[in-house]
Amino acid sequence: MIEWFSWLQIGVAVMAGVVCVVVGLLGRKPSDLVLGALALVEVLLVAQLVVSIVAPTVGNSPVGDPLEFYVYLVSAILLPLVAGFWALIERTRWSTVIVGVICLAVAVMVFRMNVIWLAPTA
Amino acid sequence: MQEPTSSLRRPRISGIGRVLVVVYGILALGATGRSFVQVVGRFGEAPVAYSLSALAAVVYIVATIALIAPGPVWYRVAWVTITFELVGVLTVGTLSLTHPDLFSHPSVWSDFGIGYLFIPLVLPVLGMIWLRRRRGLAS
Repeated sequence: MIEWFSWLQIGVAVMAGVVCVVVGLLGRKPSDLVLGALALVEVLLVAQLVVSIVAPTVGNSPVGDPLEFYVYLVSAILLPLVAGFWALIERTRWSTVIVGVICLAVAVMVFRMNVIWLAPTA
Repeated sequence: MQEPTSSLRRPRISGIGRVLVVVYGILALGATGRSFVQVVGRFGEAPVAYSLSALAAVVYIVATIALIAPGPVWYRVAWVTITFELVGVLTVGTLSLTHPDLFSHPSVWSDFGIGYLFIPLVLPVLGMIWLRRRRGLAS
């Protein structure tokens, strides 16, 4: 994991999450903006997966438990797919809120992954 | 919110209830993932705490399903599992503060779920409010 990249990713996910929750509560159905933000979050997660596979080969290995790290990463990658699928089949404002909630959850998970990679407490 | 008897088998969720279900699903996923790591990776360190984690994860999964599934049986299952969660988070949360030696290994309910942004403490209450509002469907 590259620390600045993780923070960038957390920032994007938090912003996407807040925007989608607010826009959703205002009554907006899932729009291209909402799905675009979700897609960006997902693309960054896939990039994170590539970084995480390559990093140990160039001497940047996780300090914490790699199993725990990958459970978080794989779960995080699956969540936006579920949210996107939901937003496409059910076009109500609550789907927009759900996309936002999923983005916020991804932000928390990337934060945890960052802690596991850099300096685990337990 | 009077529901005719014929709607007995309608899904219990609509509108904001779906957001609740999604948050439940995320928590179920998080608890399952974490307890999977604990049980596979280091079960010997704290069998009791990690068994409790696994049990909590299963209950979250069942609660998530019970919130989605229609019918009076699932309604009752939802009440039982959500009550179990509230009792669990209150008991383990209190014990982890008064007897920290018992819970030196983190679980989903330690310190009232602080590791999960207190979501495990808030969610059962929201779930109960939601179920109460929808009780017409189960009678």
